Amino acid sequence: MSDDEEVLEVLKAAGIDILSCMHCGTCTGSCPSGRHTGLNTRRILRDARKNRPVLEDKDLWLCTTCYTCQERCPRGIKITDALLEIRRLAVRKGFMLPEHRRVSEMVLEYGHAVPLDEETRKKREELGLDPLPNTAQHSPEALEQVKTLLRTCRFDELTAEK
Amino acid sequence: MTKLSLFLGCIVPNRYPGIENATKLCLEKLDLDVVDLPGASCCPAPGVFKSFDKGTWLSLAARNVVISEKMERDVLTICNGCYGSLADANIELKSDPEMKAQTNMCLKGIGMEYQGTVEVRHIIELLYEEIGPEKLKTYVTTPLDLKVALHYGCHLIKPTKERKLGNSENPTFFDELVEATGAESVDYTDKMMCCGAGGGVRSGHIEESLEMLEHKLACIQRAGVDCIVNACPFCHLQFDKGQLAVNEKFGTDYSIPVLHYSQLLGLALGISPDKLGIEQNAVQNLEFLAKVYEINAGIR
Repeated sequence: MSDDEEVLEVLKAAGIDILSCMHCGTCTGSCPSGRHTGLNTRRILRDARKNRPVLEDKDLWLCTTCYTCQERCPRGIKITDALLEIRRLAVRKGFMLPEHRRVSEMVLEYGHAVPLDEETRKKREELGLDPLPNTAQHSPEALEQVKTLLRTCRFDELTAEK
Repeated sequence: MTKLSLFLGCIVPNRYPGIENATKLCLEKLDLDVVDLPGASCCPAPGVFKSFDKGTWLSLAARNVVISEKMERDVLTICNGCYGSLADANIELKSDPEMKAQTNMCLKGIGMEYQGTVEVRHIIELLYEEIGPEKLKTYVTTPLDLKVALHYGCHLIKPTKERKLGNSENPTFFDELVEATGAESVDYTDKMMCCGAGGGVRSGHIEESLEMLEHKLACIQRAGVDCIVNACPFCHLQFDKGQLAVNEKFGTDYSIPVLHYSQLLGLALGISPDKLGIEQNAVQNLEFLAKVYEINAGIR
């Protein structure tokens, strides 16, 4: 099966029927990103149903996942969920922005996508809060649990530079 | 009243601790039974991690929920993103036995098991459902003479099928909570539009993300408000830090203060602005600061 055929298979398995799209364009017309960027949601779905390559499509990553298209689709197609399925397949095929690899590294190392920094530590003290928040960063055992869980999910392998 | 554990996420404790303090002080004043959720990790952020790998997203979210299950408390989130991840994962795990079994296989390695015994709440939804705007007014000691541009944020209300908070095109529940503080929620163009940060766009495509933000800020500026109010620290970061980046990129001079609802409510409950971390924002609007101190001192 080619990558592009796999896209339709993945969507089908997730119960998302993009073949019922009637190309009304409500998704693209409602898209807050599409007003300012090259994202054309309808075009991505059309390419997917025609087995054209979408996994390398950079516009896939311009969706803010605001769900407006999904809410408004007159056919009730789970459009945002479909884009998320396509993104996940793209990542499995190794297509990932370097910036997104870095966000993944943060969670792998600190258990948090946005870890604590010196400036915030001071702000916490000014407020009378514990300088170290009561989260995974506070407890070596909890952080080790998170790291073990991520390894079990093979998230480190998935997001590693290929 | 529901027993709750406070899920902090990443941006609140690690960038905007004022929101953490404001939330804790407000919940105390409202007499809600809330304790810390120790050892919690990133929710994990839905825009990125749900876009990368479903198993990882579900497992990490499940671990956070399991900590709360052990405490026999519902999870309270103060972020639309955390709500999006934890509530959606919780719904999925409760309704899909296969996903639950797969996730529990992963959790077994760290000696945990997801049961599906607690709910995930968002502070706005909780305040509206469990206290309500009318009763909330009775707690207000310092009515706020402020005009507010309210930003609901996407994942508080969408997908509506999961959220059950009504229509996403023209909601009012959050406006009612804002107006309970005495502030006026001013209508503005594209009020329901996304801030432009989600879905990994802010991290992956900052220029495009700022274009969306600039449009929102222009609409808000035209409405002539004192501040922006949100219920999501990621939207908060986008509006606050992003505002400085927009000024640099577009040569604009926006200086619109940004408050999380906990901070707005804190002011109305008579808590001093310095305890709420309002001065710790990137946007430094001295006129606004003077105004909130005057309100707090009862001068306005």
